[in-house]
Amino acid sequence: MNVIRLMIVAVGGQGNLLAAKVLGEAALLTDVPFRMSEIHGMAQRGGVVESAMVFGDANSSLISDGEADILAGFEPLETLRALGKCNKKTMVITNSAPLPPFAAAVGEANYPDQYEIQQKILDKAGTLKSFDATALAIEAGNIMAVNMVILGALSRTDLLPVSTESITETIQNKTRKNFVEVNLKAFALGYKQ
Amino acid sequence: MHKLLTDEPGKKMLLLGNEAIARGAIEAGVALAAAYPGTPSSEISLNFFQMSQESDLYFEYSVNEKVSLEVAAAAANSGIRSMCIMKHVGLNVAADPLMTLAYVGVKGGLVILVADDPSMFSSQNEQDSRYYAKLSGIAMLEPSTIQEAKEMTIQAFELSEQLEEPVLLRTTTRINHSTSAVTLGKLTSPKTKGKFTRNPMRYVTVPVVSRQLHVRLLENLAKAEELANNSPFNSLEGNGKWGILCNGVSYTYVADAIQDLKIKDEVTLFHLGFSHPLPRQMLIAFLATCDRVLIVEEGEPVIEEAVKAIAQEQKQILAIGGKGDKLFSRLGEFNPALVRKTIAHWFGVKDRLPPNESPPAPDNLPPRPPTLCAGCSHRATFHAVKKAADDLDVIYPTDIGCYTLGMLPPLGMADFLICMGSSTGTSAGFSKSLDKKVVTFCGDSTFFHSAMAGLVNAVFNKHNFTLIILDNGTTAMTGHQPHPGVDMEKLGLSGFGRIDIEEVVKALGVGHLSVIHPFKLRKSVESLKEAFAFDGVSVVISREICTLYGKSLKLPKRRPFYVSEKCTNHKDCIDQLGCPAFFIKKGRVKIDPIRCTGCALCAQVCPENAIRPLKAS
Repeated sequence: MNVIRLMIVAVGGQGNLLAAKVLGEAALLTDVPFRMSEIHGMAQRGGVVESAMVFGDANSSLISDGEADILAGFEPLETLRALGKCNKKTMVITNSAPLPPFAAAVGEANYPDQYEIQQKILDKAGTLKSFDATALAIEAGNIMAVNMVILGALSRTDLLPVSTESITETIQNKTRKNFVEVNLKAFALGYKQ
Repeated sequence: MHKLLTDEPGKKMLLLGNEAIARGAIEAGVALAAAYPGTPSSEISLNFFQMSQESDLYFEYSVNEKVSLEVAAAAANSGIRSMCIMKHVGLNVAADPLMTLAYVGVKGGLVILVADDPSMFSSQNEQDSRYYAKLSGIAMLEPSTIQEAKEMTIQAFELSEQLEEPVLLRTTTRINHSTSAVTLGKLTSPKTKGKFTRNPMRYVTVPVVSRQLHVRLLENLAKAEELANNSPFNSLEGNGKWGILCNGVSYTYVADAIQDLKIKDEVTLFHLGFSHPLPRQMLIAFLATCDRVLIVEEGEPVIEEAVKAIAQEQKQILAIGGKGDKLFSRLGEFNPALVRKTIAHWFGVKDRLPPNESPPAPDNLPPRPPTLCAGCSHRATFHAVKKAADDLDVIYPTDIGCYTLGMLPPLGMADFLICMGSSTGTSAGFSKSLDKKVVTFCGDSTFFHSAMAGLVNAVFNKHNFTLIILDNGTTAMTGHQPHPGVDMEKLGLSGFGRIDIEEVVKALGVGHLSVIHPFKLRKSVESLKEAFAFDGVSVVISREICTLYGKSLKLPKRRPFYVSEKCTNHKDCIDQLGCPAFFIKKGRVKIDPIRCTGCALCAQVCPENAIRPLKAS
């Protein structure tokens, strides 16, 4: 089976690990080999959270520089920071709504503008899909559902070896009961992007 | 029911490496486990803690790693299966019991899990704990995958009982924090009560006994080598002339590289899982079939040096590559491409992919370092200390915990740090050798772990410094584990005592003790000034619950604050406190009401009194 390497980057608290877990459970459901490695050092204290996922017949659970097939970012600056993982074929999916780090939020550093971010991504990666996932999450009923919106957009690509059905089934069964409806709605909104 | 207690052999479950290890121990019938939390091993003990509340497993958060190993050692010598879990630097703390426990041995299986952290994602060093296996003379297993982590945990108990020695189960972050599907096995109900037969000439390590026990240890080591030579965890794949020898997570990178480079027919891959003592006979046979060997191990050249020595003894002349010739670094962790490129280079094959020509990731991006949370009490304490020490020349030795983040601007409250508990010991040294005021910090959990001993020392030796104990009611950094100062009744758990830090400090005879509530800024500054003026050891306990922990306990929320029209843009709030709830919009200072916890620190800093609580809506 073809090996697909997916990198998800986010700011602590954006639900990166839940998104990765949903993909892992969906892979398990359909017997797709899956391994994931996460770096969540001090996630709750505002740091960056990375999940590297490897689907298919490989052994490692880590993605080297230039070797991601897909890079998904829940926050544009973090997508940009992870560009080292991309090559000219990498598909990038990113939220376009910024969550400025403190230095940028208080005017001590510049947050790159949206056009600049998109240019830099396209210089390095293959394709780019950038949209306001935060707005869609709010539309679905909870700003915390950015992760499900991005999952929806990921599911739309034909690169991901897990089916949309297995992902929605996992969301149904493995995410918190009182969030399932919002999660599915957010997923559907992301899927349409 | 806890998911790791699922009694469905054959079921596949998506597990984190640390969960797989905890499950393995449960399948092996572990009866007692003890730990001091430490990343990347923390989730193992967390799962044990949870499971102990609904099963026969006894688990305790011990005060530090040394004590946890002593607890487990006694249980294992009573014949019950025991486990002790720690991060790599924790094994330094537990090294004293380890070294002599190896002499004494065990009856029931004892597995010591040690989690190394190459690249230091959450540690102060990247020491290679494999040396501890060699130093103590005990057997060591190293898993390469998550499934193997579970199986090895089970086998580690078996091996421990076979050798009557503790066994080191050594992981790295990429095992602990990786996830994959794991097939569950059968659960074994633990044997929770043991038996101890008095035999001082065997169990009391006075010199005359230990001389005999050392002989016993070396005999066991020879026995362990035989087992290593026949262990299924040491395996060979392929029969080519290019030898690749690897351990732990590196195995997965090597296996991928062999596939990617299409060199399967040329390679003999030696997958080393039972790695101490080394399977000498297997290695001799392996070297005899190879023209050229590459050793792929993260960390120190442990295997490499041993293999080179074996080759020399065997009078075998062949190229053995590794760290010695700088093919691989001793710094940081490996990754698949690094390993693949090095294999390609060493054996002279073309890398499958063209070299990574694309430019590196853009630099000059605004960084996103972890910060003290909005409403963190440590920020308030640090600010009060800064105010109180305004006209003093101060050095701030610190300790390990969230408050280490106080080193970042604008607080900048950290000057020296080496290990858990070092605040008090290093302060003693600085106070003797510098003409500076010494003010040091340690957390409540760290105080009990080891800083307390330094305080005792300071009182006895009449040192001169101020210790500020940041008492936020939990072990915050590693995920809010309890410690001896925590009121467990409040967590709905019975059967625990409680040690009051204030009473301990009083009982130690500290000359000056005060308690502050750091969100009351003016009073805190006054108390701190008094403590700083005291000649001798003074202690200030800064008491305020961890805001993140308070949230998880669903404590009542305070009203968030906002910046009113009175603000004249001094920005003292931002410049002095660096609280992440602040932002600037259209040149005006704002507070994010979702992130603001209502601690009111900023309101006390604002020279215009412009920061006010939001009215209840």
